[in-house]
Amino acid sequence: MIIFHQTYLIGIGAFVAGFLGALTGLGGGVVLVPLLTLVFDVQIRYAIGASLVSVIATSSGAASAYVKEGFTNLRVGMLLEIGTVTGALIGASIAPWVSPELIAIIFGLVLIHSAIVSRHPRQPKDIPQHPDKLAAALNLDSTYPTPQGPEHYYIQSVPGGFGLMAVAGILSSLLGIGSGALKVIAMDQVMKIPFKVSTTTSNFMIGVTAAASAGIYLSRGYIDPGLAFPVMLGVLSGSLLGAMVLTKVRSEILRIVFSVVILGLGIEMIINGLTGRFG
Amino acid sequence: MIRFKHSEHEKHDMEIWIGNLLRFGVMISAGVVLIGGALYLKQFGQLPTHYDQFHGEPNFLTHIVGVLEGVQRFNSEAIIQFGLLLLIATPIFRVLFSVFAFAVERDWLYVVITIVVFILLLTSLLGFSLG
Repeated sequence: MIIFHQTYLIGIGAFVAGFLGALTGLGGGVVLVPLLTLVFDVQIRYAIGASLVSVIATSSGAASAYVKEGFTNLRVGMLLEIGTVTGALIGASIAPWVSPELIAIIFGLVLIHSAIVSRHPRQPKDIPQHPDKLAAALNLDSTYPTPQGPEHYYIQSVPGGFGLMAVAGILSSLLGIGSGALKVIAMDQVMKIPFKVSTTTSNFMIGVTAAASAGIYLSRGYIDPGLAFPVMLGVLSGSLLGAMVLTKVRSEILRIVFSVVILGLGIEMIINGLTGRFG
Repeated sequence: MIRFKHSEHEKHDMEIWIGNLLRFGVMISAGVVLIGGALYLKQFGQLPTHYDQFHGEPNFLTHIVGVLEGVQRFNSEAIIQFGLLLLIATPIFRVLFSVFAFAVERDWLYVVITIVVFILLLTSLLGFSLG
Protein backbone atom coordinates (compact mmCIF):
# COMPACT_ATOMS: atom_id res chain seq x y z
CA MET A 1 0.00 0.00 0.00
CA ILE A 2 1.19 3.54 -0.66
CA ILE A 3 1.25 6.22 2.04
CA PHE A 4 -1.59 8.22 0.49
CA HIS A 5 -4.07 5.34 0.67
CA GLN A 6 -3.01 4.26 4.13
CA THR A 7 -3.31 7.83 5.46
CA TYR A 8 -6.78 8.09 3.99
CA LEU A 9 -7.95 4.79 5.51
CA ILE A 10 -6.37 5.45 8.91
CA GLY A 11 -8.03 8.89 8.94
CA ILE A 12 -11.45 7.29 8.38
CA GLY A 13 -10.80 4.61 11.00
CA ALA A 14 -9.68 7.23 13.53
CA PHE A 15 -12.76 9.32 12.76
CA VAL A 16 -15.07 6.39 13.47
CA ALA A 17 -13.14 5.53 16.66
CA GLY A 18 -13.39 9.13 17.91
CA PHE A 19 -17.07 9.36 16.97
CA LEU A 20 -18.06 6.14 18.76
CA GLY A 21 -15.78 6.95 21.69
CA ALA A 22 -17.49 10.29 22.29
CA LEU A 23 -20.97 8.92 21.69
CA THR A 24 -20.61 6.04 24.12
CA GLY A 25 -18.44 7.86 26.64
CA LEU A 26 -15.89 5.06 26.44
CA GLY A 27 -13.23 7.20 24.75
CA GLY A 28 -11.65 6.68 21.33
CA GLY A 29 -8.19 5.86 22.66
CA VAL A 30 -8.95 2.30 23.67
CA VAL A 31 -9.85 1.16 20.16
CA LEU A 32 -7.19 3.15 18.30
CA VAL A 33 -4.16 1.07 19.18
CA PRO A 34 -5.90 -2.26 18.38
CA LEU A 35 -7.19 -0.71 15.13
CA LEU A 36 -3.74 0.47 14.07
CA THR A 37 -1.89 -2.69 15.09
CA LEU A 38 -4.42 -5.38 14.11
CA VAL A 39 -5.89 -3.81 10.98
CA PHE A 40 -3.13 -1.58 9.62
CA ASP A 41 -0.16 -3.63 10.80
CA VAL A 42 1.42 -0.61 12.48
CA GLN A 43 4.17 -1.43 14.99
CA ILE A 44 2.68 -1.06 18.48
CA ARG A 45 5.10 1.66 19.66
CA TYR A 46 4.16 3.96 16.76
CA ALA A 47 0.49 3.19 17.41
CA ILE A 48 0.82 4.15 21.08
CA GLY A 49 2.56 7.43 20.19
CA ALA A 50 -0.13 8.43 17.70
CA SER A 51 -2.91 7.41 20.08
CA LEU A 52 -1.52 9.50 22.96
CA VAL A 53 -1.53 12.60 20.79
CA SER A 54 -5.17 12.08 19.86
CA VAL A 55 -6.07 11.58 23.53
CA ILE A 56 -4.74 15.06 24.32
CA ALA A 57 -6.71 16.52 21.41
CA THR A 58 -10.06 15.05 22.48
CA SER A 59 -9.56 15.87 26.17
CA SER A 60 -8.67 19.52 25.52
CA GLY A 61 -11.28 19.86 22.79
CA ALA A 62 -14.04 18.69 25.11
CA ALA A 63 -12.83 20.66 28.14
CA SER A 64 -14.58 23.91 27.30
CA ALA A 65 -17.94 22.15 27.11
CA TYR A 66 -17.42 20.50 30.50
CA VAL A 67 -16.15 23.67 32.18
CA LYS A 68 -19.37 25.50 31.33
CA GLU A 69 -21.37 22.94 33.31
CA GLY A 70 -19.35 23.77 36.42
CA PHE A 71 -18.77 20.20 37.61
CA THR A 72 -14.97 19.99 37.47
CA ASN A 73 -13.29 20.00 40.88
CA LEU A 74 -10.00 21.66 40.01
CA ARG A 75 -8.41 21.02 43.43
CA VAL A 76 -9.12 17.30 43.28
CA GLY A 77 -7.89 17.20 39.68
CA MET A 78 -4.68 19.02 40.44
CA LEU A 79 -3.84 17.04 43.57
CA LEU A 80 -4.45 13.72 41.80
CA GLU A 81 -2.46 14.95 38.78
CA ILE A 82 0.67 14.61 40.91
CA GLY A 83 -0.18 10.89 41.05
CA THR A 84 -1.10 10.41 37.38
CA VAL A 85 1.77 12.51 36.03
CA THR A 86 4.32 10.69 38.21
CA GLY A 87 2.79 7.41 37.02
CA ALA A 88 2.96 8.61 33.41
CA LEU A 89 6.64 9.54 33.76
CA ILE A 90 7.37 6.10 35.25
CA GLY A 91 5.38 4.36 32.49
CA ALA A 92 7.06 6.30 29.68
CA SER A 93 10.45 5.66 31.23
CA ILE A 94 10.04 1.88 31.47
CA ALA A 95 8.22 1.58 28.12
CA PRO A 96 11.33 0.81 26.02
CA TRP A 97 12.09 -2.18 28.24
CA VAL A 98 8.61 -3.64 28.15
CA SER A 99 8.28 -6.06 25.23
CA PRO A 100 5.57 -5.40 22.62
CA GLU A 101 4.04 -8.81 23.47
CA LEU A 102 3.61 -7.85 27.13
CA ILE A 103 2.18 -4.45 26.15
CA ALA A 104 -0.34 -6.21 23.89
CA ILE A 105 -1.40 -8.57 26.69
CA ILE A 106 -1.80 -5.74 29.25
CA PHE A 107 -3.72 -3.79 26.61
CA GLY A 108 -6.05 -6.73 26.06
CA LEU A 109 -6.75 -7.03 29.78
CA VAL A 110 -7.52 -3.30 30.03
CA LEU A 111 -9.89 -3.57 27.04
CA ILE A 112 -11.73 -6.51 28.58
CA HIS A 113 -11.93 -4.60 31.86
CA SER A 114 -13.46 -1.51 30.24
CA ALA A 115 -15.92 -3.65 28.28
CA ILE A 116 -17.10 -5.29 31.52
CA VAL A 117 -17.23 -1.99 33.43
CA SER A 118 -19.31 -0.38 30.69
CA ARG A 119 -21.91 -3.16 30.86
CA HIS A 120 -21.94 -3.47 34.63
CA PRO A 121 -24.46 -1.14 36.26
CA ARG A 122 -22.75 1.44 38.44
CA GLN A 123 -22.55 0.36 42.07
CA PRO A 124 -24.81 2.53 44.21
CA LYS A 125 -22.57 4.15 46.79
CA ASP A 126 -23.37 5.57 50.20
CA ILE A 127 -23.01 9.30 50.17
CA PRO A 128 -20.59 10.33 52.92
CA GLN A 129 -22.29 12.53 55.52
CA HIS A 130 -19.17 13.57 57.41
CA PRO A 131 -15.92 15.16 56.27
CA ASP A 132 -12.78 13.07 56.05
CA LYS A 133 -9.88 14.67 57.99
CA LEU A 134 -7.32 14.56 55.19
CA ALA A 135 -9.78 15.66 52.50
CA ALA A 136 -10.89 18.56 54.70
CA ALA A 137 -7.30 19.56 55.45
CA LEU A 138 -6.62 19.57 51.70
CA ASN A 139 -9.74 21.67 51.14
CA LEU A 140 -11.12 19.14 48.63
CA ASP A 141 -14.81 19.13 49.62
CA SER A 142 -16.94 21.21 47.31
CA THR A 143 -20.37 21.68 45.73
CA TYR A 144 -21.80 20.91 42.34
CA PRO A 145 -24.83 22.42 40.58
CA THR A 146 -28.16 20.58 40.63
CA PRO A 147 -31.62 21.77 39.55
CA GLN A 148 -32.33 22.29 43.28
CA GLY A 149 -29.28 24.52 43.72
CA PRO A 150 -25.68 23.71 44.71
CA GLU A 151 -25.24 20.34 46.43
CA HIS A 152 -22.39 19.89 48.90
CA TYR A 153 -20.24 16.74 48.90
CA TYR A 154 -17.54 15.24 51.11
CA ILE A 155 -14.57 13.36 49.71
CA GLN A 156 -13.13 10.16 51.22
CA SER A 157 -10.02 7.94 50.92
CA VAL A 158 -7.59 10.42 49.37
CA PRO A 159 -4.53 8.11 49.62
CA GLY A 160 -6.41 5.20 47.99
CA GLY A 161 -7.62 7.39 45.14
CA PHE A 162 -4.15 8.84 44.74
CA GLY A 163 -2.57 5.38 44.48
CA LEU A 164 -5.08 4.23 41.88
CA MET A 165 -4.37 7.41 39.92
CA ALA A 166 -0.67 6.54 39.81
CA VAL A 167 -1.63 3.15 38.30
CA ALA A 168 -3.89 4.96 35.80
CA GLY A 169 -0.94 7.19 34.87
CA ILE A 170 1.37 4.19 34.27
CA LEU A 171 -1.25 2.44 32.10
CA SER A 172 -2.01 5.65 30.22
CA SER A 173 1.58 6.13 29.15
CA LEU A 174 2.39 2.47 28.62
CA LEU A 175 -0.65 1.91 26.38
CA GLY A 176 -1.27 5.36 24.89
CA ILE A 177 -4.80 5.62 26.27
CA GLY A 178 -6.61 8.13 28.48
CA SER A 179 -7.31 5.62 31.28
CA GLY A 180 -10.59 7.45 31.80
CA ALA A 181 -12.42 4.36 33.09
CA LEU A 182 -9.90 3.77 35.88
CA LYS A 183 -9.76 7.47 36.78
CA VAL A 184 -13.53 7.59 37.13
CA ILE A 185 -13.50 4.43 39.31
CA ALA A 186 -10.85 6.00 41.56
CA MET A 187 -12.92 9.15 42.08
CA ASP A 188 -16.47 7.77 41.95
CA GLN A 189 -16.06 4.48 43.83
CA VAL A 190 -13.00 5.01 46.04
CA MET A 191 -13.17 8.71 46.87
CA LYS A 192 -17.01 8.80 46.76
CA ILE A 193 -17.08 11.87 44.53
CA PRO A 194 -20.42 12.46 42.70
CA PHE A 195 -20.40 10.74 39.31
CA LYS A 196 -20.71 13.84 37.14
CA VAL A 197 -17.91 15.55 39.03
CA SER A 198 -15.80 12.40 38.60
CA THR A 199 -16.28 12.17 34.83
CA THR A 200 -15.63 15.86 34.10
CA THR A 201 -12.63 16.04 36.42
CA SER A 202 -11.33 12.84 34.78
CA ASN A 203 -11.60 14.46 31.36
CA PHE A 204 -9.51 17.41 32.54
CA MET A 205 -6.91 15.05 34.00
CA ILE A 206 -6.66 12.86 30.88
CA GLY A 207 -5.12 15.65 28.78
CA VAL A 208 -2.56 16.56 31.41
CA THR A 209 -1.58 12.91 32.00
CA ALA A 210 -1.22 12.23 28.28
CA ALA A 211 0.84 15.41 27.79
CA ALA A 212 3.31 14.13 30.40
CA SER A 213 4.01 10.91 28.48
CA ALA A 214 3.77 12.48 25.02
CA GLY A 215 6.77 14.71 25.72
CA ILE A 216 8.93 11.69 26.55
CA TYR A 217 7.58 9.66 23.63
CA LEU A 218 8.35 12.49 21.23
CA SER A 219 11.95 12.58 22.41
CA ARG A 220 12.18 8.79 22.12
CA GLY A 221 11.07 8.88 18.48
CA TYR A 222 7.74 7.06 19.05
CA ILE A 223 5.66 9.84 17.51
CA ASP A 224 5.77 9.60 13.73
CA PRO A 225 4.33 12.69 12.06
CA GLY A 226 3.08 10.82 8.98
CA LEU A 227 1.08 8.44 11.16
CA ALA A 228 0.08 10.85 13.93
CA PHE A 229 -1.50 13.39 11.61
CA PRO A 230 -4.39 11.32 10.19
CA VAL A 231 -4.95 9.77 13.63
CA MET A 232 -5.11 13.11 15.44
CA LEU A 233 -7.27 14.88 12.85
CA GLY A 234 -9.56 11.86 12.47
CA VAL A 235 -10.13 11.28 16.18
CA LEU A 236 -10.55 15.00 16.89
CA SER A 237 -13.16 15.60 14.19
CA GLY A 238 -14.92 12.33 15.02
CA SER A 239 -15.17 13.10 18.72
CA LEU A 240 -16.33 16.68 18.12
CA LEU A 241 -19.09 15.39 15.87
CA GLY A 242 -19.91 12.67 18.40
CA ALA A 243 -20.24 15.25 21.18
CA MET A 244 -22.54 17.35 18.96
CA VAL A 245 -25.02 14.56 18.17
CA LEU A 246 -24.66 13.02 21.64
CA THR A 247 -27.92 14.44 22.95
CA LYS A 248 -29.87 13.50 19.84
CA VAL A 249 -29.38 9.75 19.68
CA ARG A 250 -30.22 6.92 22.01
CA SER A 251 -26.79 5.61 22.78
CA GLU A 252 -27.69 2.49 24.77
CA ILE A 253 -27.66 0.08 21.80
CA LEU A 254 -24.51 1.73 20.54
CA ARG A 255 -22.88 1.25 23.93
CA ILE A 256 -23.67 -2.46 23.86
CA VAL A 257 -22.29 -2.86 20.35
CA PHE A 258 -19.19 -0.84 21.15
CA SER A 259 -18.46 -2.75 24.34
CA VAL A 260 -18.74 -6.05 22.43
CA VAL A 261 -16.28 -4.67 19.87
CA ILE A 262 -13.93 -3.66 22.69
CA LEU A 263 -14.23 -7.12 24.26
CA GLY A 264 -13.40 -8.75 20.92
CA LEU A 265 -10.42 -6.47 20.36
CA GLY A 266 -9.19 -7.25 23.88
CA ILE A 267 -9.22 -11.00 23.23
CA GLU A 268 -7.57 -10.46 19.85
CA MET A 269 -4.79 -8.36 21.43
CA ILE A 270 -4.08 -11.03 24.06
CA ILE A 271 -4.00 -13.83 21.47
CA ASN A 272 -1.65 -11.83 19.26
CA GLY A 273 0.52 -10.98 22.24
CA LEU A 274 0.74 -14.62 23.34
CA THR A 275 1.54 -15.88 19.84
CA GLY A 276 4.23 -13.24 19.44
CA ARG A 277 2.72 -11.48 16.45
CA PHE A 278 3.81 -8.09 17.75
CA GLY A 279 7.48 -8.99 17.92
CA MET B 1 -22.98 37.18 50.63
CA ILE B 2 -23.36 39.18 47.45
CA ARG B 3 -19.61 39.67 47.34
CA PHE B 4 -19.10 35.92 47.66
CA LYS B 5 -21.48 35.21 44.80
CA HIS B 6 -19.73 37.80 42.71
CA SER B 7 -16.31 36.22 43.19
CA GLU B 8 -17.71 32.73 42.50
CA HIS B 9 -19.10 34.13 39.31
CA GLU B 10 -15.75 35.60 38.31
CA LYS B 11 -14.04 32.30 39.06
CA HIS B 12 -16.45 30.53 36.75
CA ASP B 13 -15.83 33.14 34.05
CA MET B 14 -12.12 32.49 34.31
CA GLU B 15 -12.71 28.74 33.98
CA ILE B 16 -14.77 29.33 30.85
CA TRP B 17 -12.05 31.56 29.51
CA ILE B 18 -9.45 28.85 30.16
CA GLY B 19 -11.72 26.29 28.50
CA ASN B 20 -12.02 28.43 25.40
CA LEU B 21 -8.28 28.93 25.39
CA LEU B 22 -7.83 25.15 25.40
CA ARG B 23 -10.18 24.76 22.47
CA PHE B 24 -8.38 27.54 20.65
CA GLY B 25 -5.04 25.78 21.27
CA VAL B 26 -6.41 22.52 19.88
CA MET B 27 -7.81 24.24 16.78
CA ILE B 28 -4.53 26.08 16.08
CA SER B 29 -2.52 22.87 16.44
CA ALA B 30 -5.00 20.95 14.26
CA GLY B 31 -4.62 23.66 11.60
CA VAL B 32 -0.81 23.43 11.68
CA VAL B 33 -0.98 19.61 11.55
CA LEU B 34 -3.38 19.81 8.59
CA ILE B 35 -1.04 22.09 6.62
CA GLY B 36 1.96 19.89 7.41
CA GLY B 37 -0.03 16.75 6.59
CA ALA B 38 -1.14 18.07 3.20
CA LEU B 39 2.47 18.94 2.34
CA TYR B 40 3.62 15.53 3.56
CA LEU B 41 1.14 13.69 1.34
CA LYS B 42 2.12 15.83 -1.64
CA GLN B 43 5.79 14.93 -1.11
CA PHE B 44 5.61 11.32 0.04
CA GLY B 45 2.06 10.14 -0.76
CA GLN B 46 3.14 7.80 -3.53
CA LEU B 47 5.85 6.01 -1.52
CA PRO B 48 5.23 2.60 0.06
CA THR B 49 4.22 2.52 3.76
CA HIS B 50 6.77 1.74 6.45
CA TYR B 51 5.15 1.42 9.87
CA ASP B 52 5.36 -2.34 10.32
CA GLN B 53 8.86 -2.06 11.79
CA PHE B 54 9.90 0.27 14.58
CA HIS B 55 13.05 2.25 13.88
CA GLY B 56 12.42 5.51 15.73
CA GLU B 57 12.24 8.94 14.20
CA PRO B 58 15.11 10.90 12.61
CA ASN B 59 16.88 12.89 15.31
CA PHE B 60 15.63 16.34 14.31
CA LEU B 61 12.01 15.27 14.84
CA THR B 62 12.56 14.27 18.44
CA HIS B 63 13.38 17.59 20.12
CA ILE B 64 12.01 21.11 20.11
CA VAL B 65 15.02 22.88 18.55
CA GLY B 66 15.25 20.34 15.72
CA VAL B 67 11.55 20.67 14.99
CA LEU B 68 11.75 24.47 14.88
CA GLU B 69 14.74 24.32 12.52
CA GLY B 70 12.78 21.90 10.34
CA VAL B 71 9.82 24.29 10.23
CA GLN B 72 12.15 27.04 8.98
CA ARG B 73 13.26 24.72 6.16
CA PHE B 74 9.55 24.14 5.47
CA ASN B 75 10.00 20.43 6.13
CA SER B 76 6.52 18.84 6.12
CA GLU B 77 7.22 16.33 8.91
CA ALA B 78 8.65 19.07 11.12
CA ILE B 79 5.51 21.19 10.55
CA ILE B 80 3.30 18.29 11.68
CA GLN B 81 5.55 17.72 14.67
CA PHE B 82 5.37 21.44 15.51
CA GLY B 83 1.56 21.21 15.50
CA LEU B 84 1.78 18.20 17.82
CA LEU B 85 4.11 20.12 20.15
CA LEU B 86 1.52 22.92 20.30
CA LEU B 87 -1.07 20.29 21.19
CA ILE B 88 1.09 18.82 23.96
CA ALA B 89 1.65 22.36 25.27
CA THR B 90 -2.09 23.09 25.54
CA PRO B 91 -2.84 21.18 28.79
CA ILE B 92 0.49 22.37 30.17
CA PHE B 93 -0.70 25.94 29.64
CA ARG B 94 -3.91 25.13 31.43
CA VAL B 95 -1.91 23.97 34.44
CA LEU B 96 0.14 27.17 34.31
CA PHE B 97 -3.01 29.31 34.27
CA SER B 98 -4.37 27.33 37.21
CA VAL B 99 -1.30 28.44 39.21
CA PHE B 100 -2.44 32.04 38.70
CA ALA B 101 -6.07 31.17 39.39
CA PHE B 102 -5.13 29.66 42.77
CA ALA B 103 -2.81 32.60 43.50
CA VAL B 104 -5.70 35.03 42.92
CA GLU B 105 -7.69 33.06 45.50
CA ARG B 106 -4.63 33.17 47.85
CA ASP B 107 -4.81 29.38 48.09
CA TRP B 108 -1.07 28.85 48.55
CA LEU B 109 -1.29 25.10 49.19
CA TYR B 110 -2.75 24.64 45.71
CA VAL B 111 -0.34 27.12 44.17
CA VAL B 112 2.46 24.81 45.37
CA ILE B 113 0.65 21.61 44.27
CA THR B 114 -0.02 23.06 40.82
CA ILE B 115 3.57 24.24 40.44
CA VAL B 116 4.73 20.69 41.23
CA VAL B 117 2.49 19.33 38.45
CA PHE B 118 3.74 22.05 36.10
CA ILE B 119 7.41 21.23 36.79
CA LEU B 120 6.79 17.50 36.25
CA LEU B 121 5.15 18.28 32.89
CA LEU B 122 7.93 20.62 31.86
CA THR B 123 10.66 18.05 32.55
CA SER B 124 8.77 15.62 30.34
CA LEU B 125 8.32 18.10 27.51
CA LEU B 126 12.01 18.96 27.62
CA GLY B 127 12.66 15.27 27.08
CA PHE B 128 14.05 14.25 30.44
CA SER B 129 12.85 10.88 31.60
CA LEU B 130 13.45 8.94 34.77
CA GLY B 131 15.28 6.13 33.01
